[in-house]
Amino acid sequence: MDDGVDVSNVRPLRAVPDTGPAASKLSLRAVTKSYRQSSGEIVPALADVSLEVAAGEFVCLIGPTGCGKSTLLNLVAGLDRPDEGEILMDGQPIVGPGPDRAVLFQDPALFPWMSVVENIEFALRLSGVPKAERRALAMHWLGQVHLASFAHAQPHEISPGMRQRAVLARSLACQPEVLLADEPFGALDAQSREVLQRELQSVWLETRNTFVFVTHNVREAVFLADRVVLMSARPGTLVAEHRISSPRPREFEDVLLAKVVVDVHDHLLKEVEGVVAPEEDARPDLA
Amino acid sequence: MSRLKRTLAQIWPRAAIIAVIVLLWWAVYATGYWDRVLLPSPARVWRALWGNVTGPTGLLVAAERSILRLFLGLAAAMVIGTPIGLAMAAWKTAQRSVGSLMVGLQALPSIAWLPLATLWLGITEKAVFFVVVMGALPAVAIATAASVRLVPPTLTRAARTLGARRWDLYGHVVLPAAVPGYLAGLQQAWALAWRALMAAELLVAGARGLGHFLARAGALWQTPLMLATMVVIMLVGIGVDFLFSLVDRRVRARRGLVVPA
Repeated sequence: MDDGVDVSNVRPLRAVPDTGPAASKLSLRAVTKSYRQSSGEIVPALADVSLEVAAGEFVCLIGPTGCGKSTLLNLVAGLDRPDEGEILMDGQPIVGPGPDRAVLFQDPALFPWMSVVENIEFALRLSGVPKAERRALAMHWLGQVHLASFAHAQPHEISPGMRQRAVLARSLACQPEVLLADEPFGALDAQSREVLQRELQSVWLETRNTFVFVTHNVREAVFLADRVVLMSARPGTLVAEHRISSPRPREFEDVLLAKVVVDVHDHLLKEVEGVVAPEEDARPDLA
Repeated sequence: MSRLKRTLAQIWPRAAIIAVIVLLWWAVYATGYWDRVLLPSPARVWRALWGNVTGPTGLLVAAERSILRLFLGLAAAMVIGTPIGLAMAAWKTAQRSVGSLMVGLQALPSIAWLPLATLWLGITEKAVFFVVVMGALPAVAIATAASVRLVPPTLTRAARTLGARRWDLYGHVVLPAAVPGYLAGLQQAWALAWRALMAAELLVAGARGLGHFLARAGALWQTPLMLATMVVIMLVGIGVDFLFSLVDRRVRARRGLVVPA
């Protein structure tokens, strides 16, 4: 009963969400995006993606490489505009990037000419925090990610895992309403990855930001998410979702959680097989 | 490695190359194949060097004047060329118009401006200054534009998601990120300015500097002094390059970039 997976939670996604519950933080409605390649060919990246994310919800997007996960995240970040459809935050259309939506990129984008603490202070300045309060706030958040003793190091002097933690601290310090992550731990070794996943969980349990986290790692998704959403390959579209109701804090050693990982994996594999039909035209209608 | 050992490792290859050149030179001189007026001995050049270092018409005064001209010209080229380069990076139209002009100007040896400059400005300090600025300006503009265009998009994207706009984005992210590339461009620009200056001083009588010193020694058939002046021109170059590489090293080391050996 407490194994976390309830078959009734598993459902195909295509159903267009109704106007959405009032608590929806982010609403993606029939979002479509394509890119023009240098050859002039137009490549569809996202096709008719609809997704509601509740306030304080942790959603993981998983899918094969090239499924448009990063495109989706860039659109929510406001770095790019959708061709069709709309993206709303608190009911308001997103028109550009802003500090209310922090982004963790796979490549930890610290400014190399600033020390770790200066990076955070710079972000605080952009968020309008008065100068007198910046240092203390920056140090507080560095403490939260166990990086206080490296505050004055230059980004190149610390390990990749530490850099990603510094970026996490920088994002959290600005107290964003929504956190967007694009495989932030993808380039780390297995051990640092697990340490950071644990840290992210414990920090998130305190802040409870709305989180959209892109990954291709099912284990990571199950460990972190309230809801795992599967995307199909090009053009990306949402295929299925899986609620993870296991209690937090979660542990990797937890056998029950490991079982959820297997279940989600099996479920997703089935969906992927359904999506990757032998012939494009024979693709089953997933609606 | 100890400090002494490191200093030695810096010095001995430099000393060795000087020794090799002086030895070869002396060996050729000793064969007597060339006239001793056309190719003086290393010792005579050394005496010419020491004998003309000081005094109001000495090499030191000439070098001082030339170095001052170099830095004034380079500063002017930076003041004019940097905004041009920034505009080239910001607007495609500026890149296509002014950018092409800069490429054209870079292809033109700046000494080619001298005849026109002397007509416009007279056989004066101003004409020399003009030639030096025209030598460095295209390099500064092109390097500025390239260094801004090569700023990693990850940094500007990150800054935009943090809420950076306009001046914050440009002044606090794009420009600092472009500094290493800009410095590399300056290292090229000063060398071009230095060459332009030496050429102009050779040709403009009265522009008392190292170039003029060389021209005067040539007119008087003082080959030892000619060679001594050429050595000083090279030494000044090595010294200026050292200054720029010090700044470059500091900037690169702070950012964890590869520091050239």
